[in-house]
Amino acid sequence: MNALKRLMSDRAAALGALLIFGLIVVAVLAPWIAPYPEDVTAFHLADRLQPPSAEHLFGTDRMGADVFSRLLFGARITITIAVIAVGVAVAIGVPIGLIAGYYDGFTGGFLMRTSDIFLAVPQIVLAIAIAQTLGPSVENVILALSVTYWPFWARLVYAETKSLKKQTFVEAAQALGASDWRVMVMHILPNTASAIIVRTSIGMGATILTAAALGFLGLGAPPPTPEWGRTISEAREFLPDAWWYAAAPGLAIFLVVMGFNLLGDGLRDILDPKLRKGSR
Amino acid sequence: MRRLELVLSRLVWFIPTLFGLVFLVFFISNVIPTDPARIVAGENATEAQVQALRAEMGLDQPLHVQFGRYIGDLATGDMGRSLYTRRAISDDLMHRLPATLELTFAAMIIAIGLGVPAGVISAVRRNSLTDQVLRVLSVSGLAVASFWLAMELQMFFSTRLGWMPLNGRVSGWGPDEITGFYVIDSILSGDWESLRDTLHHMILPAFTLALPAAATLVRFTRAGVLEVINSNYVTYERAMGFPTPLIIWKYVLRNALISTVTQIGLIFGALFAGAVVVEAVFDWPGLGTYAVQSILQSDTKAILGFSIIVGIVFIGVNLLVDIIHTFIDPRTLK
Amino acid sequence: MTEPLLTVDSLSLGFRGKGSFAHILDGANMVMRRGEIMGLVGESGCGKTTLASAILGILPRHSLEIRGGRIRFDGTDMLDPAQTAQQQAIRGRRVTFIPQDPFTSLNPVFTIGQQIDELMKWKSPRREGASSRMPALLTPYPRARRKADREKVLEMLNLVQLPRPEQLLRKYPHEVSGGQRQRLMIAMALLPEPDLIIADEPTTALDVTIQAQILGLLRRLANDRGVAVMLTTHDLGSAYEICDRITVMYAGQDVEAAPVSEFFNRPTHPYTARLLASLPEGGGGMTGIPGELPSFYAPPPGCRFQTRCDRATEACRTRPTPDLAGPAHVVRCAHPLFPTQPAPARQEIQA
Repeated sequence: MNALKRLMSDRAAALGALLIFGLIVVAVLAPWIAPYPEDVTAFHLADRLQPPSAEHLFGTDRMGADVFSRLLFGARITITIAVIAVGVAVAIGVPIGLIAGYYDGFTGGFLMRTSDIFLAVPQIVLAIAIAQTLGPSVENVILALSVTYWPFWARLVYAETKSLKKQTFVEAAQALGASDWRVMVMHILPNTASAIIVRTSIGMGATILTAAALGFLGLGAPPPTPEWGRTISEAREFLPDAWWYAAAPGLAIFLVVMGFNLLGDGLRDILDPKLRKGSR
Repeated sequence: MRRLELVLSRLVWFIPTLFGLVFLVFFISNVIPTDPARIVAGENATEAQVQALRAEMGLDQPLHVQFGRYIGDLATGDMGRSLYTRRAISDDLMHRLPATLELTFAAMIIAIGLGVPAGVISAVRRNSLTDQVLRVLSVSGLAVASFWLAMELQMFFSTRLGWMPLNGRVSGWGPDEITGFYVIDSILSGDWESLRDTLHHMILPAFTLALPAAATLVRFTRAGVLEVINSNYVTYERAMGFPTPLIIWKYVLRNALISTVTQIGLIFGALFAGAVVVEAVFDWPGLGTYAVQSILQSDTKAILGFSIIVGIVFIGVNLLVDIIHTFIDPRTLK
Repeated sequence: MTEPLLTVDSLSLGFRGKGSFAHILDGANMVMRRGEIMGLVGESGCGKTTLASAILGILPRHSLEIRGGRIRFDGTDMLDPAQTAQQQAIRGRRVTFIPQDPFTSLNPVFTIGQQIDELMKWKSPRREGASSRMPALLTPYPRARRKADREKVLEMLNLVQLPRPEQLLRKYPHEVSGGQRQRLMIAMALLPEPDLIIADEPTTALDVTIQAQILGLLRRLANDRGVAVMLTTHDLGSAYEICDRITVMYAGQDVEAAPVSEFFNRPTHPYTARLLASLPEGGGGMTGIPGELPSFYAPPPGCRFQTRCDRATEACRTRPTPDLAGPAHVVRCAHPLFPTQPAPARQEIQA
């Protein structure tokens, strides 16, 4: 609880936490707080491309649907993609990093070289190739992101494990006859937790940006899903007149990613003083 | 010599990593077998014609045979033919690579030009108003979706104000092609109008692309400078009355940049990746738009070729960064 | 008696933390005369490095708070923010520095030659017209002077017994040993032909076997050139070997200053006596003095040694005035071990 208190005393980190909390609340309560929940699928062509007003906070889109309502439902997609994709990437990357760092001979070398291959092209290029092959859907975006992002956690845990392995407490556990498995899970893993948490918070932001880019390129969920990236690409042909159409989801992405980045920075300062660099 | 040894040991990994990459992308693109033969043959082709074409393209062979053949062709620089442009993929890519590289380099220069000085100033005046503003800007720069920023900037500066061209690399024909880098070509041929035009077209996409990279550089440089500024050697230089600007911009920065330089490889990768979407918005005729087109056409071999080129450039840049690192930090050769 | 080279006059300063103030120096006084080697001694944490850093202008600026007092070097106020330009001209030229840790005090990414060149470019005694209107990064290094300077550099490297100076200049700091690096720092401190060298524990980071060599070298070269040396050390043995005079500090206050023989024969402040008593046979560092340093956050008023002093009385709650226990032997104690007489006012800053 002490860590939480310190986190909240940092204004930037507190703002980040607040933004993420807001995202979660909005995503969960979307059906109740959206003024026109039916607008996710419905359309009212008579009302299309209305500017922001009391009735339509962020105006309406090309189908006459309320941009604000669709934005709230879009938050659900964003958070689902980010949480599952990052969750899977962590679930793949952490054990691989742990094993590679612990058996840092042939096995470790092989695993890390494999992760190098995934890192040999920018993440979005690989994600595009995967998402394209599998076809546009939320599930495939999640799969594409998990498959491309796991090496980040693998490398992180690999480096940590390699240095922890030489620490006295690990050597002591080994000397006492603890099995390799036990040493890894009970002694090394908990000590890499801080680094994993920090990386995960920042990784969420990066994942959300990539997911939105995939949506923008038409590789995300098909219409009429209110996904933010796709909404922005839909809005493109109505610029500059219907400026609100693209502005709203763009700002939403910005705030959410900012939230995760600020929280990540704050967490790093508290959990991992030796990582206190500008790194991402 | 130590430097040569280091470079060779990196080069040894170049081939297996590239092979792994080709294998990975080849495998991924064949998870769900699309049928390029049918696309090539066209809607009205008979089943027999499609079969014949399939055999001709080697698509009736098992996957590992296709892979082997692909690798064999690749070794001779043959990446196959694009389903969309009907030209050799390697030619298409080579033709478009300069456009993307030019954009990426321009963005890199902007990112370094903005990010490094801002990071130094932020660190030297830490906790001042300037520092706070720069930090907010850098956090924001990392959070903004580049395709959205590109659209908004395009809407504002091109459509609304008309200050910037809407899209493309040039308005007319551009300079005579020598290297494919329009800035270099127009200088070589003394075509100043084209140079002006090229630079004018480059401003918005390069700036959009540069913003997140600049933000990363601000954070890195700031952290690096803060780490160095309290070191004993800086204290010594101050005690010996060296001029303050000299201490900061020569002695501190050189040390602080060591960690930044290692990031430049990653930043270059991020710029290259960002170029895919930014090019799409600005219709920049580079690799990014080619990749997007290939995706829309299910042009598997073109995507493969694209990934390989990006991989080669990416691995090459990281190799280059390692070499630069040995010059900037003599301790690496210890 | 000639005008002192450097006077530190009741200097009080400390550092602001979160809602607190660490009062490091409390009315510290010190005097350096031309050509003398003066040892500033005391336990670690007594403020000797802080005092040296204050003269050199390298205290952390954002938390520093100066509460009073002055530092004057040959007529220039070294604390006055209005005289920054003069201070910067003095530092590295007339006052030079030998740092504590030669391993980390040279810039790791420049060769030794590049760093010495930079020093000579700005601080060479052959430099004329010290102020330049050019931005520092663009200021040229005139070829003729560079050549003359280079000769002096090689000469000096020979003097500090560094083998193969030409090759040494091409090396990076990490390529030479600690002892060699400290010889280099000494050379760099002497090259601008200064009036004063501030050497902050110059041998603590070195092997015991070469400490004496380095100090001997420093003394010989300084004496030859008539350069004053302010040597901070916690090692009374080496202070005895090379110093002309010693000033003792305790918890940010000067307690006693005396010529070296007086100091060892007639220690008059109880703290000095304890210091000498704690000295193990045959020299070396100081060991146990019962009790511990008072907190800099809540120091006792008056003499700061009162919390560990068995002679302490109510009188110690105000800072004792400087008294003379002999010629040029100043002590600040309400209960001195040898009889004293009040110092004449003029002597106060001179002693």
